[in-house]
Amino acid sequence: MSEKLLEVKNLRTEFKRDKSWVTAVNNVSFDINEGEILGLVGESGCGKSVTSLSIMRLLARNSKISNGQVLLKGKNLLEKDNKEIRKIRGREVAMIFQEPMNSLNPCMRVEKQITEAILLHNNFSKEQAHQRAFDVLKSVGIPEPEMTLKSFPHQLSGGMCQRVMIAMAMSCEPELLIADEPTTALDVTIQAQILELMEEIRAKKNTGILMITHDLGVVAEMCNRVVVMYAGRIVEEAPVKELFADSKHPYTQGLIGSVPKLGSGVKSLPSIPGSVPDLSVMPKGCKFAPRCKYAMDICREQEPELHTIDKDGRRRCRCHLLDQNRKEA
Amino acid sequence: MAELKTNNNKEMFATGEELPKAQSKVKEFVKKFVKRKTAVISLIFIIFIILMAVIAPYVVPYAPDQPDYTNLLQGPSTAHIWGTDEFGQDVFSRLMVGGRLSLSCALIATIVGTALGVVLGLIAGFYGGFWDSLIMRCCDVLFAFPDILLAIAVVAIIGQGMVNVMIAVAVFTVPSFARIIRSATLSVKQAPYVEVARSLGCKNSRILFVHVFPGTIQSMIVNFTMRIGTAILAASSLSFLGFGANVTEPDWGAMLSQGRNYLNTAPHMVLFPGILIFLTVLAFNLLGDGLRDTLDPKMN
Amino acid sequence: MSEPLVSVKNIKKTFAANKGMFGKKKFVHAVNDVSFDIMPGETFSLVGESGCGKSTTGKLIDHLITPDSGEIWFEGKEISKISQNEMRPLRSDIQMVFQDPYGSLNPRMKVQDLIGEPLLIHTNMSAGERLKKVHELLQVVGLSPAHGERYPHEFSGGQRQRIGIARALTVQPKLIIADEPVSALDVSIQAQVLNLLQQLQEEFSLTYLFISHDLSVVEMISDRIGVMYLGTIVETAPKEELYANPRHPYTRALLSAVPIPDPEKEKDRIILKGDLPSPSNPPSGCLFHTRCAHCTEKCRTEKPEPKLVGDRHVVKCHYPELTED
Repeated sequence: MSEKLLEVKNLRTEFKRDKSWVTAVNNVSFDINEGEILGLVGESGCGKSVTSLSIMRLLARNSKISNGQVLLKGKNLLEKDNKEIRKIRGREVAMIFQEPMNSLNPCMRVEKQITEAILLHNNFSKEQAHQRAFDVLKSVGIPEPEMTLKSFPHQLSGGMCQRVMIAMAMSCEPELLIADEPTTALDVTIQAQILELMEEIRAKKNTGILMITHDLGVVAEMCNRVVVMYAGRIVEEAPVKELFADSKHPYTQGLIGSVPKLGSGVKSLPSIPGSVPDLSVMPKGCKFAPRCKYAMDICREQEPELHTIDKDGRRRCRCHLLDQNRKEA
Repeated sequence: MAELKTNNNKEMFATGEELPKAQSKVKEFVKKFVKRKTAVISLIFIIFIILMAVIAPYVVPYAPDQPDYTNLLQGPSTAHIWGTDEFGQDVFSRLMVGGRLSLSCALIATIVGTALGVVLGLIAGFYGGFWDSLIMRCCDVLFAFPDILLAIAVVAIIGQGMVNVMIAVAVFTVPSFARIIRSATLSVKQAPYVEVARSLGCKNSRILFVHVFPGTIQSMIVNFTMRIGTAILAASSLSFLGFGANVTEPDWGAMLSQGRNYLNTAPHMVLFPGILIFLTVLAFNLLGDGLRDTLDPKMN
Repeated sequence: MSEPLVSVKNIKKTFAANKGMFGKKKFVHAVNDVSFDIMPGETFSLVGESGCGKSTTGKLIDHLITPDSGEIWFEGKEISKISQNEMRPLRSDIQMVFQDPYGSLNPRMKVQDLIGEPLLIHTNMSAGERLKKVHELLQVVGLSPAHGERYPHEFSGGQRQRIGIARALTVQPKLIIADEPVSALDVSIQAQVLNLLQQLQEEFSLTYLFISHDLSVVEMISDRIGVMYLGTIVETAPKEELYANPRHPYTRALLSAVPIPDPEKEKDRIILKGDLPSPSNPPSGCLFHTRCAHCTEKCRTEKPEPKLVGDRHVVKCHYPELTED
């Protein structure tokens, strides 16, 4: 296996809400290798976006990273000062967002927005920057790059905007790309185009991609490994095939079960009862226990640990039931 | 559907899923409002002024129209803490009692102006089209004049006197309210729940009063407090210019105007009414600011 | 077969889109010649990508907007040209469930007033009777009567959507138009709401017009499906037929583009080239020809007529035989 590109260790991020701090991300650890796509899955409010913003150090004022390390090729990003982190953003780690239309500045031509990042991180002349912008737009499959460079974002469609965003992110050839729900706002046929493009980029540049999504279909098609989050914690981690074939955590099982599968012809779906707990009123013990059909007494009392559950250390799971079964076996 | 059975999907509501405790909206509002110190202080000041206006005639040390020819144009002293005017009347007593006239004038004028402006704004925003154009163009015409000039023109036409001042102030309150409520109406009209109401079969009148109007109340309250400040100022200005209250009546603007003649010999006659008007207007504006921030759900 | 509950015939709707102050007025063809029937008790779905006119079609049937031309029949009555006043009594038969569970509930009203509103409008029930009914309905959708005292902002998305569904049920409608009712919800909640909708359909013999962009959701809930593209229905078929044997090239591309949550499954994906053409300037001939792999000269010039290619399977394509398996 190639070397670790990004390592997140015991990350803990807190938000200020009505004078008290609530924990949005609690003790999260994972890593990404070069050229690997890691999926970060969970429902809204599970802390997946906060995790990505913590990595980029783009958190709002009312939040803080209270513990942990974010190691990009061994450098701890959390110890960098603002100037250093600005150099890393865009150059080594780039990010694309969910709403491509809103992530582009509506008052600036596309060219200006792309060359901005290029000029910031390279010693390029304006012509060179223009050439680079042209090249990256071409490489993301935009049919008329020159026309697109001259247009304003509102003149482009949603799919085009997302291509421009990806082009912008790729313009400095970062080693890590963080994609926060990159296709959620797009239609399926456009989603298919964008996913294909991302796969292409990964294959060509060996970029590591952190793919944040709630769509298990996207995960199944794109990712190598998956981390499932619930209520700010990692509940399960596994290689993608194993996750779908043999998920261990009841939440993951419920999540996979409740997705309607095309062509399955079922009329009704198993669903997870209840809804995600509010961050400020978390249940004691296992955070999933109130919705879990296997919940035991211990689940309501004590929070389970995230244990490695296979020999190669590629699978982790946080569940009392599993721990118990493994002990018996 | 009489045989409605209670569904067995209760299990969808797992144990442990309890909603957070309901918090009454008033309580929540008070909690947030108290955090805004300047607004709270302003509110206290306003309450004090209003209270004084109500009880002043019974508590002030001197009757406001009681001349004392031995103490003309006296500066502040222990007997007359804010001094006396050219007839020896106690300035403090006159100001406290005068709050009645000035405040009630401003309040009534603003209430009348607000009511008219809100109705016009709702009609313009909700129905749009011809009525919108008509109302908004009329407002534009009124906007073209400076407020005070407009008020002077109105008083010049209908004559002098306190009631007419109120009418004049109300008239120039209308267009700004109409415009603000219109834009609030337009944005509430866009909300999906208004379309839902239509799909449920609500009549226009119900949509307007039950669904749209409550959504505009916030901006109404905020602007109401701010406009009171303006109205006090306008009413005082009109009185100062001699269009409003009789000079002998205790009114803040009239007192200011009266004191102007003695600026050199008795500056306190201008100073205290001036400060009081200034503070009251400031308090209403700060209260309006505070209310806006408290009521705006995006500001936390 | 019995009479259709809803029959839509060749409806068209354009919206004016001004292009600058002096520019020529442009028209967006939101719905362009759409026809379909919905039988009582069935779930008919409209699927398509954003901007294909599926929501506009729903609003046209609900008479929130009126079509430029064409007819909409509901229970043997033509409703497309009647006035809002004439429509009002019919609204108790047609109810809508909206996409946005956050925006579609008036934040200043208590839940019980929200759910009771249709009763207030359409019946002469006393306040007590209304409240009783509201409590029954809250239980039907899996909430408790105590929730009626709360305000919408205290509920989660899924719970709000339940409130929206309860409100639609109050007046015992015959038809429920559900416009993307689950697309704003998380997957685990989405399944809850879909199950609820199906359960209610059985219990109250409802007819659904289900509007969605999500083909897997549509497959689960529908009996028949219409696929929309640029304001027109390109293919209509019963569910099994459509998913097993899609005949329009667009339907095939759409189906193949859906990511399947199964990493073991090999897929040969048809990736469509380019973007949706602008609905203000739709292509000539077949609307899909700009992105179609099988496009010929005929497609560019001639509008395809609907062709019957199987049991109740209608497709608007010049060459449906090309896609026959």
